[in-house]
Amino acid sequence: MRLINRHPGRLSGRALAAAPFIAMVALYLIASAVRHAANPADKLLPGISQMAAAMNIMAFTQDMATGDYLMLTDTLASLQRLLEGLAISVGISFVIGISVGMIPYLRRLFVPFISAFSMVPPLAILPILFIIAGIGEAAKVTLIVIGTAPFIARDLIMRVEEMPKAQLIKVQTLGASSWQIGLRVVVPQMLPRLIDSLRLSLGPAWIYLISAEAIAAQDGLGYRIFLVRRYFAMDIIIPYVIWITLLAFLFDFGLRRLQRLVFPWFAEAKAQ
Amino acid sequence: MSTIEIKDVWQIYNGRVVLEKLNLNIEEGSFVSIVGPSGCGKTTLLRMLMSEEIPSKGRITLDGAPLSREPTQERGVVFQRYSVFPHLTVLGNVLLPLELKESRWLGKLLGPRRYDAKAEARQMLEHVGLHGAREQYPAQLSGGMQQRLALAQALMAKPRVLLLDEPFSALDPGTRADIHVLTKRLWEETHMTIVMVTHDISEAFRLGTRVIVLERPTPDNPAKGARITHDIPVRPRAKDKKGAA
Repeated sequence: MRLINRHPGRLSGRALAAAPFIAMVALYLIASAVRHAANPADKLLPGISQMAAAMNIMAFTQDMATGDYLMLTDTLASLQRLLEGLAISVGISFVIGISVGMIPYLRRLFVPFISAFSMVPPLAILPILFIIAGIGEAAKVTLIVIGTAPFIARDLIMRVEEMPKAQLIKVQTLGASSWQIGLRVVVPQMLPRLIDSLRLSLGPAWIYLISAEAIAAQDGLGYRIFLVRRYFAMDIIIPYVIWITLLAFLFDFGLRRLQRLVFPWFAEAKAQ
Repeated sequence: MSTIEIKDVWQIYNGRVVLEKLNLNIEEGSFVSIVGPSGCGKTTLLRMLMSEEIPSKGRITLDGAPLSREPTQERGVVFQRYSVFPHLTVLGNVLLPLELKESRWLGKLLGPRRYDAKAEARQMLEHVGLHGAREQYPAQLSGGMQQRLALAQALMAKPRVLLLDEPFSALDPGTRADIHVLTKRLWEETHMTIVMVTHDISEAFRLGTRVIVLERPTPDNPAKGARITHDIPVRPRAKDKKGAA
């Protein structure tokens, strides 16, 4: 049988999916063991027990100076920035995406500008944000907005333009006004696509968040990683990276489930 | 009396004449089938009737008044595909025209008005044989059911004229025969004027009261557009009468 026609079974499929994860962990543990055999105090590739000890201090022990659980404080601070940024970004870009996608005059007015604006590297204007908005929360949230909103808006504009023209003609023959078309036909069909767009924006949003925290912050996951970097504290950095990855994965997973739950028609309509 | 009058209509794209000096009067309550080889401009003609395209020259009137430059409620339409809304259930699709009419800002009915509208929508679904599928989404329906739904939805807006753009071309023969019967029945009940474009000649004769043939006399000459080469009145056949009853 040809290779392209062979499919793994249920069990072997799961084994295949797990294999790269197991391989990576195994590879790391071997390398760590080798280094520790040569130097028991090695900090570069900490073993599981070292990381567990570090996490015990970061996550489950009150900080002596502040009385906080640092990892919790960091996580909450980062999530707040991320969610605020994404909420503002989604709000702005949804309104722009729908209206610009639907209305030819707005398209002429905004599409070239949005295309140009989205080429500005957000990190390059981070200093400007720090100068204008100060090094507080506003600058970090703004960075996430500037980094993700143009992408989501452009994506939505294109999705609206991609809608079958027949549908728009049809709804006009049913007597709908522009407003009604937006409200009853375009918006409901764009909401699940907004979730897709948001999922794709999560990666960049984390990049901007961590970059902003690395440069100027008093707490946050990115701040912590870059702080402890000075002490080569790989035993903290690695669990933090895994934690951030897990959070990002959960967001993505949650959005996917939400999409399937709230817009049951979407997957089937897309398949047609 | 003529519902639609097409007077000296030309359609020219970048120097290529598609339709040339078209003249056609469509009688109130008639069922006009337009046939012709692909690329002859029959869809162009239908698009002009729904104001998706504006003629380069000439004029089209509906009940004596020039056609609006955008699609309106007077002219309902069923396309071959994408005629119903994928995000609404079958019931939601049929409810939509009522909601658009009665709720200007929300586009959605609530409370007792919704209840009444739902009853009306259900009646229509029963009429076209989709009552059992009312909670399903269009993607879950077969092609034939989707087109039934498209017809039902278009009729809910009570158009003066119904424009059909190869509505049954994608269906298998059995389904097509069923939906022909339904279409004929709906036409007889509503006394609506219907213009249908099709490439299926037997369908054109089975449904139409009049068959118009569009053809380009010289297909390779871009300066010569399509014109009406045949205009055939169709007498209803006894067999179809029975099928429609």
